[in-house]
Amino acid sequence: MDSGIKGAPLAAATASGAAGGAPFIRIEDVSKSFGSFQAVRNVSLQITKGEIFALLGGSGCGKTTLLRMLAGFETPTSGRIFIDGQDMTGIPAYERPVNMMFQSYALFPHMSVEKNIGYGLKHDRMTDAQRKDRVREMLDLVQLTPFAHRKPHQISGGQRQRVALARALARQPKLLLLDEPLAALDKKLREHTQFELTNIQHKTGVTFVVVTHDQEEAMILSDRMAVMDKGRVMQVGSPTDIYEFPDSRFVAGFIGSITFFEARVRSVSGATALVEVPAMQTCVTARAVPGLAEGALVTLALRPEKITLSRARPEAANAFSGVVHDLGYFGKDSLYKIALPDGTTVSVNSVNARRSGESGRVAVWEDAVWLSFEPDAAILLTA
Amino acid sequence: MSGMEDTAAAPATRPRRTGWLSLWFNRRGWADITIATPFLWLVVFFLLPFLIVAAMSFALRTSTSPPFSFGTDGHLLSLQNYARLLTDDLYIRSLATSLMNAAVATVVCLLIGYPMALALTRVSRSARNILLMLVILPFWTSFLLRVYAWIGLFGTNSWFNRGLTAIWNALAPADWALHSIQMMNTNFAVVLVMVYSYLPFMVLPLYANLEKLDLTLNEAAMDLGSRPWRVFLDVTLPLSMPGIIAGGLLVFIPVSGELVIPGLVGNPSQPMIGRVISDEFASAHDWPMASAVAVALLLLLVVPMMLYTHFEAKAQEKKAMEP
Amino acid sequence: MNRRPTFLLTVLCFGFAFLYVPIVSMMVFSFNSSRLATIWGGFSTKWYGKLLENDQILAAAKLSVEIALISATLSTILGTMAGIALARFRRFRGRMMLSGMVTSPLIMPDVITGISLLIFFIMLKEYTGWPAQRGFTTVTLAHISISLTYVTTVIQSRLSQADLSIEEAAMDLGSRPWQVMKDITLPIIAPAILSGWLLAFTISLDDVVVTSFATGPGTTTLPILIWSKVKLGVTPDINALATIIVAVVAVAVLVTGIAVNRAERRRDRDARLAYQANE
Repeated sequence: MDSGIKGAPLAAATASGAAGGAPFIRIEDVSKSFGSFQAVRNVSLQITKGEIFALLGGSGCGKTTLLRMLAGFETPTSGRIFIDGQDMTGIPAYERPVNMMFQSYALFPHMSVEKNIGYGLKHDRMTDAQRKDRVREMLDLVQLTPFAHRKPHQISGGQRQRVALARALARQPKLLLLDEPLAALDKKLREHTQFELTNIQHKTGVTFVVVTHDQEEAMILSDRMAVMDKGRVMQVGSPTDIYEFPDSRFVAGFIGSITFFEARVRSVSGATALVEVPAMQTCVTARAVPGLAEGALVTLALRPEKITLSRARPEAANAFSGVVHDLGYFGKDSLYKIALPDGTTVSVNSVNARRSGESGRVAVWEDAVWLSFEPDAAILLTA
Repeated sequence: MSGMEDTAAAPATRPRRTGWLSLWFNRRGWADITIATPFLWLVVFFLLPFLIVAAMSFALRTSTSPPFSFGTDGHLLSLQNYARLLTDDLYIRSLATSLMNAAVATVVCLLIGYPMALALTRVSRSARNILLMLVILPFWTSFLLRVYAWIGLFGTNSWFNRGLTAIWNALAPADWALHSIQMMNTNFAVVLVMVYSYLPFMVLPLYANLEKLDLTLNEAAMDLGSRPWRVFLDVTLPLSMPGIIAGGLLVFIPVSGELVIPGLVGNPSQPMIGRVISDEFASAHDWPMASAVAVALLLLLVVPMMLYTHFEAKAQEKKAMEP
Repeated sequence: MNRRPTFLLTVLCFGFAFLYVPIVSMMVFSFNSSRLATIWGGFSTKWYGKLLENDQILAAAKLSVEIALISATLSTILGTMAGIALARFRRFRGRMMLSGMVTSPLIMPDVITGISLLIFFIMLKEYTGWPAQRGFTTVTLAHISISLTYVTTVIQSRLSQADLSIEEAAMDLGSRPWQVMKDITLPIIAPAILSGWLLAFTISLDDVVVTSFATGPGTTTLPILIWSKVKLGVTPDINALATIIVAVVAVAVLVTGIAVNRAERRRDRDARLAYQANE
């Protein structure tokens, strides 16, 4: 995914086209309201076969409702959902070629690991031997063969998660839904599981739709993601698209940390724009985006790791100065909070590339410093 | 910060009482009293009377006052009462009637109570509180009067009896037409009133159990291809087993020793075991025999009770193993 | 999952009809002017008037309430102690025995409890001369014994749900164990104590089997009186009495229920507001 070089993608249309192939899942103008509350508003999405697609958003953004509509637990108030060309309207959960891994895993406490995994196969037409083979295969896939006869309360959290995964995959669904798949695991296990999930997805080729509130999880797991807010899809794209080329303040602020500056467009020449930023007391150049008009008010956004910190005034064109207000040392890097003359605080990440004691720091509290960034690094937002 | 220093600087002004009584009280006296008071009470007013009854069951009836004695037939402990219990038709029949009525009442309670409890978990939260209150409400009113209410309905002239008769006459062949249905003094009446009186005891534990069930398990089963009825059989029913057992015992045990309901609406020629115990004692003045029947009934009830505690212990164990 | 559980709701309605039709029918017939209790003869409140003139019933009701007040209070004290002992003192000699004695009356049919208490009272009189005559005292003692179990169960289950760490916090702040009990535990379980008391009160007011064994000549509680009247058949004045009892209980339960509901809702709302304020 190197689309970053080509310039900002045009959200949904470009992004889904980029992945190639006909859309496997089509969500067409779907809305869902509970009483007067509109959980999902006019969402349209296209998901390609075999990809891991993430629905990312804060609590109450509608991502879980959307997932439950895919599973068949909720009926859309309006709009349609197609899976592999088949209209899912009116098809109950138990007849959909879709399986779900629940956030709580929802393992049946009175059944063994084996029985849990084999449960969904009861309804398929297959011989007992085939069924057994399939269960064995799934146990093997998630490396739980030694625990086949244990009950869910007799295995660890990570193992439970794998049982839930195996159970959902056993019926060879066309689409696997994962509701916050890593939320219940501790930090160390999460990292391991993230890679395992992608591995299993590659092995099985099943399309995954993952719901998560954790941006890092979405970034690592997904091929593409949709960022949602208040029932709407704000932007669709690859993790790089979303991180480096957000097209709204909401998306830019939701993913990673960022500092926003009010700015006014001075001039636009080809791929670059000159904008005046009052907080920086200077004019800076930034990559132009469509829809910039001279004199228009825009937002300039800067991510902390894209800013360079120095004691002396740097050569770079985009430079401004401030005072170190606070700093935090995280080992591999340090986070600086720089106060600008007008009171704006800018976050700056600086990698601790060299080993040095406290005296070796670029700057400490109350030091006057210079900040600079490449024209490519700044994000101009018109929305 | 300075506040902390102030506190640290202040001298410890906690009053010290050194009287041996308050020392004892603080150390363990209060705990001892808390344990010993109910303990002694229960020993005197529960255990002792029960032990007397248990001992009495091995005595023999005499015409003295009090009307019993130990060792009159040569043995200190006589098994004669228990022998009679096994041979005399009266005891076996009444026990069979009791257990039969209790079993039927329990099953009917379950058949009505289970869907009721399940329905209670599916209605909105505000409606649920009101409906639960309505389930409990009859329990707070007089038990006796609730039985009495049915006596009115059973009467041959009551709207209830006439209505049922009309339905019967409409459905049954003309030859079987009835003027009224004999309901008073039948086992039907006994079971019906038992179901009526003990239904809340079935609904409440079942509701408590069903309400705790994780509904995502139902969704998971449905997601894996089960139709609603299948979901019920595979998930809800097995997981509500502890509730079924608790409710079943809460109905079965008191019902099998029931005295009031068969006494008021039952068939006097088909006594239940509670009546037999009470008659042996009050009318026949055979205290030892009454005691033997009581002990036998208790033994019969202890078996299901032990099953229950076994299930409870298993459930607790499971919970404890949950991380 | 948007299906309406039609079958379940039908059974629910049927169940409630089953629970309430007999009571409602009885209440309706209490306003029947006919002497025949099951045939409607016009509206009348005369049976209520007759009831109020019936000294026997009034005396029995007064006696029942007195016994219920005393036995509920004493069994609540004893039951709270037993509940605390079982829920908070992990290990003590006789723990198994105490818990056994507390729970076994639950599976003891009333007849057996009644007979064993009666034999016990008779034997006690035989050897100590007390109680000279069965009556108020023996009935009260019997009622304490039967309701003790229920109070203990209520208290124990409330205590086992309560957060132990706040008691530990009090201890950490310097309270002795019994001060913790007094300052922290008892206030926390106050609602449970109240419901235990109400339960004991109702059990005492309602009991007929154990009372019939423990009572003696001259001590006729309301249930005993109703029992002897009901055995003779249905009479309109009993309908009136039942209506009054049901009405009183219904109002009491509804008022408590609404109060509890409202308190719960207020707490929920406060929590939500506090949460929003912190957002």
